[in-house]
Amino acid sequence: MTEKKRTFEATMAELEAIIKKLEADDVPLEDAISYYEKGMKLSKWCDDKLTQVEKQVANIITEDGEFKRVEIEGE
Amino acid sequence: MVEKYLTVTALTRYIKRKFELDQHLTTVWLKGEISNFKHHSRGHMYFTLKDEQSKILAVMFAGYNRSLRFAPENGMDVIIKGEVSVYEAMGQYQLYVHDMIPDGIGALNLAFEQLKEKLEREGLFDQSKKRLIRSIPEHIGIITSPTGAAIQDILSTINRRFPTVKISIFPALVQGDQAKNDLVKKIAQANLDATIDHLIIARGGGSIEELWPFNEEIVARAVATSKIPIISGVGHETDTTIVDFVADLRAPTPTAAAELAVPLQTELTARVLQAKRTLTKEFNGLIKRKRERLSYLQANYAFQYPKQLIAEKEQQLDRLVELLARNITQQIRKNKENLYRSSAQLKLNSPNHRVSVAQQKVEFLTQALDHHFQQLFNNKLTRFDHYLNQLHLLSPLSTMKRGYSISYDQTGTIIKSVRQVKSGEKITLKLTDGIIDSKITTIREDEHD
Repeated sequence: MTEKKRTFEATMAELEAIIKKLEADDVPLEDAISYYEKGMKLSKWCDDKLTQVEKQVANIITEDGEFKRVEIEGE
Repeated sequence: MVEKYLTVTALTRYIKRKFELDQHLTTVWLKGEISNFKHHSRGHMYFTLKDEQSKILAVMFAGYNRSLRFAPENGMDVIIKGEVSVYEAMGQYQLYVHDMIPDGIGALNLAFEQLKEKLEREGLFDQSKKRLIRSIPEHIGIITSPTGAAIQDILSTINRRFPTVKISIFPALVQGDQAKNDLVKKIAQANLDATIDHLIIARGGGSIEELWPFNEEIVARAVATSKIPIISGVGHETDTTIVDFVADLRAPTPTAAAELAVPLQTELTARVLQAKRTLTKEFNGLIKRKRERLSYLQANYAFQYPKQLIAEKEQQLDRLVELLARNITQQIRKNKENLYRSSAQLKLNSPNHRVSVAQQKVEFLTQALDHHFQQLFNNKLTRFDHYLNQLHLLSPLSTMKRGYSISYDQTGTIIKSVRQVKSGEKITLKLTDGIIDSKITTIREDEHD
């Protein structure tokens, strides 16, 4: 696992937390603006994650730990 | 008299041979109820098989009972295949059991129920043991046969729903004797890869015998102890295996397992879009509320009539200053009072009183000392007078008053005999009123007899 690995779930959770914060009345305007900017950035990240990813392939892992590509039928 | 006789052993062996030659007794199918069941520590099973009228002793050696798929118990109706022979040492005929299945209920079903009960008692099915399946995985592992419909169903389902996930397939035997060990091995191998979010363990439909590896205890325990959460999808909707009970998430089929393993991409896209819309909506709403508040404040009294507001505050300030001054004076007075009270208390506790008490005590003791000393002194004085009188009575001085004197030689020794002195020696005579220094001129010793 790489150190700065961001997961989709965590990012969505963060985005939802930001929305929650904006719902509160007493949030200062400066904070609200930075929340909004952060939220937009997060939602773009999620969007990118879903749209511009390369399709993964399935591998068979042999007992020696070697990879063998598998063709997926019905595509 | 008997002309020929047999040994017990010879007779027993003869009888035993009769049993062994009888074809009806070498392969027997029997139905009965187990009682007095005992599983010896060395592996052999001993019990009595009985029906309403009769019973027969039975033994099932470890070599045979090892392959039993259920645990025999007292009261259980069973169907047995075996042979009848004689146990020479006891002269008993008995049933040597080669195979045994429960009557009425299938052996596999029974084994299933027994293992299920055992693992359930151990808490392996507890909801608290179930680990959470990540809803959006990045890497999933599949343990199943690399050939067959199950793997293709899973792969195409994942590909349709969420093609961006990484997939690792751990090919495993899913039926036959070797399957249980292979499944355990593959679960262990998959656990070596920490990047795998969860595992699917799957097999297509089949008979209960074909699905049996998924009812094996070692497989169930491997699933239970796997560090990576496991989704099971074994057989058809109607099939239930032990692995299904211990898995963290149970799907009725391999396809259903794949559906639980990955989210639907289009749903996620919609979710992101929705979140983005909500974010903008909330932000705009917040801005609107702030603006409204600003308008409200601008319309406020203070902004409209600032002078009045200041005058009001000035007045308030004056009142507060006055109040402050009054409070300070009061505070000082209060502190003074406290001080007086404290010094009065201090006086009460002054040491003067204690000093005068001590002085009185010293005076008293001095007087007592004087008094005692005076008394002691008077006592001594009286006694001294008394002794003096006694001394007086014994004193040679009073005798001397009657005309006696005491003679001393030059060394001051009292002269008690004429032999102490020589003629011409100076001696001193002490009389009652003085001393005479004299010289011996003549010594005359009295004559004695």
